[in-house]
Amino acid sequence: MVNSVEVEDLKVVRDHTQVLRGISFTLAPGTVTGLLGPSGSGKTTLMRSLVGVQTGVTGSVRLLGEPAGARSLRRSVGYVTQAPAVYADLTVIENLRYFAAVLGADAARVTAVLEQVDLSDRAGQAVHTLSGGERARVSLAVALLGSPQLLVLDEPTVGLDPVLRRDLWLLFAELARAGATLLVSSHVMDEATRCDRLLLLRAGQLVADDTLAGLLARTGARDAEGAFLAIAEAVPA
Amino acid sequence: MNRRATLATTARVLRQLRHDPRTIALLLAVPVLLLTLLRYVYDNKPLVFDHVGGPLLALFPFTTMFLVSSVAMLRERVSGTLERLLTTPLAKADLLFGYALAFGTVAVVQTLVASSVALGPLGLDLAGPTVGVVGLALLDALLGMALGLLLSAFARTEFQAVQFLPAAVLPQLLLCGLFAPRAQMASVLRGLADVFPLTYAVDGMQQLAVGGLTGQLARDYLVVAGCVVAALLLASATLRRRSA
Repeated sequence: MVNSVEVEDLKVVRDHTQVLRGISFTLAPGTVTGLLGPSGSGKTTLMRSLVGVQTGVTGSVRLLGEPAGARSLRRSVGYVTQAPAVYADLTVIENLRYFAAVLGADAARVTAVLEQVDLSDRAGQAVHTLSGGERARVSLAVALLGSPQLLVLDEPTVGLDPVLRRDLWLLFAELARAGATLLVSSHVMDEATRCDRLLLLRAGQLVADDTLAGLLARTGARDAEGAFLAIAEAVPA
Repeated sequence: MNRRATLATTARVLRQLRHDPRTIALLLAVPVLLLTLLRYVYDNKPLVFDHVGGPLLALFPFTTMFLVSSVAMLRERVSGTLERLLTTPLAKADLLFGYALAFGTVAVVQTLVASSVALGPLGLDLAGPTVGVVGLALLDALLGMALGLLLSAFARTEFQAVQFLPAAVLPQLLLCGLFAPRAQMASVLRGLADVFPLTYAVDGMQQLAVGGLTGQLARDYLVVAGCVVAALLLASATLRRRSA
């Protein structure tokens, strides 16, 4: 099977600092991969490199067989930034209708994504009146509009209550079952149990690329946090 | 270019404005208020009012559209929506034309309101055709918008964006020939005035104040239109898909 993402020796230099120091991995279609690591480890830079908005990138980054940032990928890759990138002065439905027009999605798609992120009852409300978690879900809904084959989500569950967090992870699993590939970053280690595979990032280097079970077996730790600590202490930063 | 995406962008920008009725009220009322003030400043000198009132009809849409569009585009950058849009199939031209259509529409309404008050109750007497006045004011609005979109790329915050207004507009205003005839200026100043687009906008209105369609007026229209296109092309170059 062809990989959805193939990254080889990815390096990123920003302001004369090496933010990513030679990262290689692949993502298989229909999987949810967790990108875990402390803040400042380079998670966001890695995601920005994948979607082709990062400068100072060397190495090879290919998505769905195309180089990162290629025009043909703009419809098939969905990206959700950490801060919700939607119009705060518009209502939820106005935001979705605008991005739907830009992406060539129809009205049925707008209704469907509202349902998926559980915001149907907020459709007519201005985004700036919503809670932080609700805004994050509007931003996620926009990314879902184009039915992307690859979804890159930067900390989508930050600040959400446990029920919503669980519901979102169920949605991610459902999207993966339907064939999408997801890369989801988090600094909450217990979310590792929701992922098919984990990438552990520390100080710009990939220190692990394994399943949770594999990590626990390798380190003898009881949970993802313990495994991360064991690996971090074994590898000098 | 994709017509659906362009028109959707226009509708979106107008919708954002509609959620902000105070801004709409200011855009429409301030020019009328200023023209009324000016009318009574020159209460005993109707000829001076005719001389200054025309160019002001060109200045209002220019300055307001400069401000509104530079802040709007800055917000688009700061909120991350610009970066998001640039990762979608939306072309830069769709975005810029979408903005131009939206702010052009607002400028037409603004100019119609201001000029109908000025030419009606305030008794501003312009010899040229009204359609020429509105047309030039629309071009001036688009010029302000294009420069605003361009300069917003050099601002990091709304404070900075607002400062670009005096920095970019006041030198043009001082040298455009409204305060002193350009022919009497030192050659360096005259040279500067000759390359400032606002000079041609104000000269056009002065032409319209005294007479009909002349060759010089046609030149003014062309120069302003050319500057709009040039500024939009430069603005499009500042919309980078990749950033640090």
